[in-house]
Amino acid sequence: MQKSRHDVWVGLFVMVGAAAVLFLALKAGNLLTLNFDETYQVAAKFDNIGGLKPRAAVKSAGVVVGRVESIGFDDKTYQARVMLQLEKKFAFPKDSSAKILTAGLLGEQYLGLEPGAAEKNLAAGDTITQTQSAVVLENLISQFLYSKAAEPSAPATPAAQPAAPAPKK
Amino acid sequence: MNWLNPAAVGLSVRSGLVDVGEGARLFIRLVALVGATFGRVRLVVDQLFFLGNRSLSIITVSGLFVGFVLALQGYYTLQRYGSAEAVGLLVALSLVRELGPVVTALLFAGRAGTSLTAEIGLMKAGEQLAAMEMMAVDPVKRVLAPRFWAGVIAMPLLAAVFSAVGVLGGWIVAVPLIGIDPGSFWSQMQGGVGVWADVGNGVIKSVVFGFTVTFIALLQGYGCKPTPEGVSAATTRTVVMASLAVLALDFVLTAMMFSI
Repeated sequence: MQKSRHDVWVGLFVMVGAAAVLFLALKAGNLLTLNFDETYQVAAKFDNIGGLKPRAAVKSAGVVVGRVESIGFDDKTYQARVMLQLEKKFAFPKDSSAKILTAGLLGEQYLGLEPGAAEKNLAAGDTITQTQSAVVLENLISQFLYSKAAEPSAPATPAAQPAAPAPKK
Repeated sequence: MNWLNPAAVGLSVRSGLVDVGEGARLFIRLVALVGATFGRVRLVVDQLFFLGNRSLSIITVSGLFVGFVLALQGYYTLQRYGSAEAVGLLVALSLVRELGPVVTALLFAGRAGTSLTAEIGLMKAGEQLAAMEMMAVDPVKRVLAPRFWAGVIAMPLLAAVFSAVGVLGGWIVAVPLIGIDPGSFWSQMQGGVGVWADVGNGVIKSVVFGFTVTFIALLQGYGCKPTPEGVSAATTRTVVMASLAVLALDFVLTAMMFSI
């Protein structure tokens, strides 16, 4: 009698432990995004991927349609080569364009896919040619500074004076 | 001990090596007895009840409070950067990768390891182990192996319960108390926690800690001096050695798993 009572509690303990692992995998780790749907692989070449990481989301119209599988470097063209796994149920035209976007101001980077107008669809092994690189903040700032410096100095000074107090508010 | 005397140094090195050798031999025997142990699964189940179920309350309560504290402290830091929603990710990653396995192993050493050492040490002091040997019953097979494998099974389950309860505790502080949006709490967590990279490696860690803590507790009990002082010294050594081993191993495992 004593033994069988132990069995029930031990069984319960094991079940609680298994449920905890399942909870961590499903709720915290979101195993469901490791979808077991069939995917097809497409490559995309970027001049600069910024902070894009493997397993980042590929979104089209804001909906996740795939994941970044791996990121490599092509030493022929000196470009980043990003391999994407797109879900098989979503087909995109061959001339779709990819760009690297940021979720929020400081958020994670993801890949945005904008459908083109071609009649043929992307197939496994294809390469997306129209790409737009990640926005690198340092480049933006230096572009801004250079364009400011290139302006003739005479009209720049009166324009700068009313603009100067503005950031202080 | 006179450290200038070569004979004394040699003796201490040799006896240290003998201890290591005996420990390694016992470990290999315990691992090799896996088949025989699960052939008598009743013994393992009884120990599992003793080591696992009885530790469940302390693990649950500690996990809950660690989750509370993590959420509060994480929120305190993250809100300075305007990313308070990431508190769910912070709580989940800290628990799953580090705190779950490590704190559970430390608590397990204190709660279950000490009782294993004291039990086996007292069996030895009361000459029960010698009596078993007289009856041609192998005490390693009959007494140590079921406890060993029960500890190895219990530890990862307890660590998972700890992490899961801690995540729920973090949710209790973050969502109802602080008022973080529940949707972004979960989505940040799900976006950042990898199932194999984080949860899976945490489970591997807790299995390794299960082997470590249970083995140290059994070794100390089996090798203790059969006197009241010997048993008490062995119990103390179990806690000290198991805690140090867990922390050192944790560093090694983290360096191996997460730096690759």
